[in-house]
Amino acid sequence: MSVQAAPPLEERQKPPRRRKKSAALYEVVVPLIATAGLFLLWEGACRAFDIPGYLLPAPTDIWKDTMAIGPTVAGHTMATFKTVMLGFVVSILISLPLAVVLTASPAIAAAVYPFLVWTQSIPKVALAPILVVLLGTNELPRIVITVLVAFFPLVISIATGLLSVPPELIELSRACRASKLSELLRIRLPYAIPFIFAGLKVAISLAVVGAVVAEFVNADAGLGFLIQTSTAFFKVPVAFGALIILSVMGVVLFQIVVAAERVFFPWSSSNTTPGA
Amino acid sequence: MISLNRVTRIFNSRDGDQVTALQDVSLEIGRNEFITLVGPSGCGKSTLLRIVAGLILPTAGRASIGGEEITEPRAETGIVFQAPTLLPWASVLDNVLFPLRMMHRIDSTSTDKAMALIKLVGLTGFEGKSPRELSGGMQQRVAICRALVHDPDILLMDEPFGALDALTREEMTMELLRIWSERPKTVLFVTHSITEAVVLADRVVVMSPRPGRIAEIIDIGLPRPRSFETETTPEFHEASHRIRQLIFGTRHVSSGRAAA
Repeated sequence: MSVQAAPPLEERQKPPRRRKKSAALYEVVVPLIATAGLFLLWEGACRAFDIPGYLLPAPTDIWKDTMAIGPTVAGHTMATFKTVMLGFVVSILISLPLAVVLTASPAIAAAVYPFLVWTQSIPKVALAPILVVLLGTNELPRIVITVLVAFFPLVISIATGLLSVPPELIELSRACRASKLSELLRIRLPYAIPFIFAGLKVAISLAVVGAVVAEFVNADAGLGFLIQTSTAFFKVPVAFGALIILSVMGVVLFQIVVAAERVFFPWSSSNTTPGA
Repeated sequence: MISLNRVTRIFNSRDGDQVTALQDVSLEIGRNEFITLVGPSGCGKSTLLRIVAGLILPTAGRASIGGEEITEPRAETGIVFQAPTLLPWASVLDNVLFPLRMMHRIDSTSTDKAMALIKLVGLTGFEGKSPRELSGGMQQRVAICRALVHDPDILLMDEPFGALDALTREEMTMELLRIWSERPKTVLFVTHSITEAVVLADRVVVMSPRPGRIAEIIDIGLPRPRSFETETTPEFHEASHRIRQLIFGTRHVSSGRAAA
């Protein structure tokens, strides 16, 4: 903890850096070109076949109509962002202790696990209106639905991570006569980091889905609400605009999680593949 | 120093059967003696090691260290496993210091002690590296440092070189002898390799399976310090041959030299 030693050898560091550069090319530049190409194709198809705007608006129309009510869209975006982030944070706060408890005691695991699976088997879309009746028409039911959608994969991956510790290390910990708490903090949790981040990547994507589902049912703000109201008035380009903002939000939040893992746990990110 | 008196250990398997991993094992190990345990899979070598470590308790019989019965892990014992199982997020130095941290015994002299051990195993300059930058043999050297950092008087090694390639393995065997001669400890060393068992040990404990028990204890009178040349002496072949006879039975072994 206190001591950090000699700087790494030059020769060892160079090849990974070069590989990182070409990886950045493939991870950023190529997808950008592909996306731009797709939009061009879309725009071209809309104009060539004269597709009516209420069926498939052209990207330029989406941009124009969305920007026309820019401040309103920004407000809706912030509302959704707030729900997503609160839901995500609450999911972490619930999942982490829950996973620790589940892995610490087989009895508790046996008792709680059926309920966990049960919460997952309930269709959230069906649950949303009931929660509105229960909790009122405020932000709370939206966050609850977001959490219900997002927390489960997080619990499972954290629990898997906590159990992935090599048995020898647990024996070593016992041989050091360490407490269960320091075993958890010094061995199990750090070992679970790659698994936790795998779960976080799934959870952040699902939190966006959950927030929109909640907004469809009960909201006076948010991108889900905007999609509903604008389609009701046949403002299809605005609905498409909201959809694109949602997907960008999902991608950006996902990449922030990926970047956080790389920055804070560089030893972890290189051995997890999906999305990294 | 370590005393096992008719130690028996029975495990309950999942389908309800009882498996006798060890039966009536009695063994006296002196201070700073190097003991190797050799035998086929399932002969209870690792179980015996874990009983001495205090990680599992005997079902019957008595295991004691310095006259005191082993009922829980003891601070003055170091363990090396087959896999190095280093912490992937910690540097070599932090990995070596890890047991002290877990025991809350870290102080101002700890780093110096750890650095001295890293030097002893020839890893000076690598203390800031992360484990995945090291080869398998180097990782196992770090694991040995980790087992020695709290200056234990007993070192338990469970097939520590079993996962290494043959050349690294021979090198590590000699390394271990050098480390042991510089820092004498009571060593209990589990192995599948007869060569390794003979070249390292003061006494080789040959075990046989189902139920796990001691077949014979062989004194190795080879002079120390030992080297690769030790393996060419007639005494070495005689001991290896005897161990093979005990493990495989006489019919499979025509002559000691042929099997070596």
